[in-house]
Amino acid sequence: MADGAAPVLEVRGLKTVFRTRGGEIHAVNDVSFTLHPGELLGVVGESGSGKSVTMMSLLRLLPAPPADIRSGTAKLNGRDLLAMTDAELRATRGARVGFVFQDPMTSLNPVFTLGNQIMEPLIKHKGMTKRQAETRAVELLELVGIPDARRRLYQYPHQFSGGMRQRVMIAIALACDPDVLIADEPTTALDVTIQAQILELVKELRQKLGMAIIWITHDLGVIAGIADRVIVMYGGQVVEQAPVKELFANPQHPYTRALLQTIPRISGERSERLKVIEGQPPILTGPLTACPFRARCEYRHDACDATNPPRRAIDGQAVGEGHDVACHWYALAKVEMANA
Amino acid sequence: MLTFTLRRLLLAIPTLLVISLVIFLLVDLAPGSPLSQIPLTVPPDVRQKMIEALGADQPVMFRYVLWLRQFFWVEPMNLFDGWFGTHIVEGEQRILSWQSRSPVFSIIGERIPQTLIVIGTAYLVGILIALPIGIYSAYRQYSLFDQIGTLFAMIGFSVPTFFSGTLFIIIFSVWLGWLPTKYDTTLQVIDWASFLEQIKQMILPVMTLGLANAASISRYMRSSMLDNMGMDYVRTARAKGLSERVVVLKHVLRNSLIPVVTVIALGIPSIFGGAIITENLFGVNGIGAALIGAIQASDIPMVQTLAFIFAVLIVLFNLIADVLYGFLDPRIRYD
Ligand SMILES: Nc1ncnc2c1ncn2[C@@H]1O[C@H](COP(=O)(O)OP(=O)(O)O)[C@@H](O)[C@H]1O
Ligand SMILES: [Mg+2]
Repeated sequence: MADGAAPVLEVRGLKTVFRTRGGEIHAVNDVSFTLHPGELLGVVGESGSGKSVTMMSLLRLLPAPPADIRSGTAKLNGRDLLAMTDAELRATRGARVGFVFQDPMTSLNPVFTLGNQIMEPLIKHKGMTKRQAETRAVELLELVGIPDARRRLYQYPHQFSGGMRQRVMIAIALACDPDVLIADEPTTALDVTIQAQILELVKELRQKLGMAIIWITHDLGVIAGIADRVIVMYGGQVVEQAPVKELFANPQHPYTRALLQTIPRISGERSERLKVIEGQPPILTGPLTACPFRARCEYRHDACDATNPPRRAIDGQAVGEGHDVACHWYALAKVEMANA
Repeated sequence: MLTFTLRRLLLAIPTLLVISLVIFLLVDLAPGSPLSQIPLTVPPDVRQKMIEALGADQPVMFRYVLWLRQFFWVEPMNLFDGWFGTHIVEGEQRILSWQSRSPVFSIIGERIPQTLIVIGTAYLVGILIALPIGIYSAYRQYSLFDQIGTLFAMIGFSVPTFFSGTLFIIIFSVWLGWLPTKYDTTLQVIDWASFLEQIKQMILPVMTLGLANAASISRYMRSSMLDNMGMDYVRTARAKGLSERVVVLKHVLRNSLIPVVTVIALGIPSIFGGAIITENLFGVNGIGAALIGAIQASDIPMVQTLAFIFAVLIVLFNLIADVLYGFLDPRIRYD
């Protein structure tokens, strides 16, 4: 982690609301995080916790309406993505920020060749000729480990397996040497062996190319092996944030603890039974006025019903830099300890 | 692709044979021998030759085979002889229309250009109007443009052409006097003035039929665009930084056109068959008018022939639609 260096991406107070016929859905609530150059930031949380909406809000990829980005800033190298004109934003998407989506089976256009789809951003952002773009496309396919790249260039997505398609998606996202790669559950739709291969590929690419990566997953086990730092999301907000080792060694939020217990662990010959977190994630029909996790929390307290806990640093560093957590229980426990 | 096309062509043969048998039997088994209905104005020697050519004194199946031979050998070869000056089927009896006593295929040959010019233009105009409207309506779903488009499509769907056509005649010919009420088949385009005249007399039938076609095709286009607009690959295209124009007109449109092109291809036979009302209304002397005239005059050879030609066209364009589908959608692999 490059402390001190200016962050590549700095998100502050992001709020995204969906205006639907049944009322508003507050999908992202005051999310802030920082991404340093070359860093791999893991984002974890159950399905529906607002991970995708957060990241798609940054590039304004959500259909509006119904999506409405209420407030916040997202500075990429000092320039606010959320305040850019459409033209500036288009010059940033695919060029400075690459995006890999969850489902490789549907994320590529079925009627165009892979070559066509890889060359598009190169021609658009790098001003390459078709021939130059073709040469670069072959390099990119080789980079992401697709054999026989030149021939593959003229094939269509349906001629590739899921894992291969996800490699292609990564090649497209990396085509213009972005500063940031956002990967939204890129391995969730793949089977386990392929998942491991893609993880290996990303580790390798990160060493070669050195871009910063945001890796979204609902699986903390995946994060353990690759991330530098982790944010845990619940109810559309960040509930805990810490360097990866610290998070695994010293989890604070009851939700993080519960998540950690859901990771399958091979201990000796027998694998422990998976624990699941009881209850359902909240439906966010209004701004949060209480802790979103309280209904499922074993440490529930009066304070949890009264206010939504803010993020507090627990190791003396600034919120967002070291280890912080948004939990009344943590704060109360600390007061008790001080009193004892 | 080639094997697929060939296989489909081969499969079309039994289909057409069955259709031809049905058409033949429907007319042949109708009360009274069709050949007994040959008008008395037909000279006896010609009458005798027709009876022989169609085997009137033979069993049904034999007559059917003779009819097929007439249809698939004599008539095509006649065309061939005409084009290349050969004499392969010289002297063979041809299928004659009972109304005019000239060969059915010659009459159809004269009528087809009228139909193609007017009805074909109407179909083309309909498509050219429909595609942009459908695309823009989908891109700006629920906008004022989309709602007006929806309204017009509803009207185009629900108002029959005999009503809209009559309405147009009343407005543009009777009240305003801008356009002729009747289509003059005998008009020859020889100079600029007659060309303008031709355009003017085409406007009403083209508008009537074109609007009806545009209504349905624009709806197809719109819903196909909407189906694709929410797809994941569209988000990928936007995430690459492509402009909205490229996202919509390249990525979305190319996918949306697949079913629309198929529907358009399947609709082409209706240029020949479905325009009967419009042709009659405006006096366009085309194939549709020929069919109506033949039915009214019990001109059995003409009805049989036209019915079979429509059947051939429908089978043919079904095949074309299938081949186009495979051509447009790389996921379809026929072989
Ligand atoms: N298009 C939409 N309309 C309404 N609500 C949406 C839409 N997309 C997402 N949401 C809501 O936003 C919340 C967060 O979703 P998402 O960010 O996709 O979760 P995940 O963490 O699984 O990526 C969910 O509760 C979901 O219901
Ligand atoms: Mg998601």
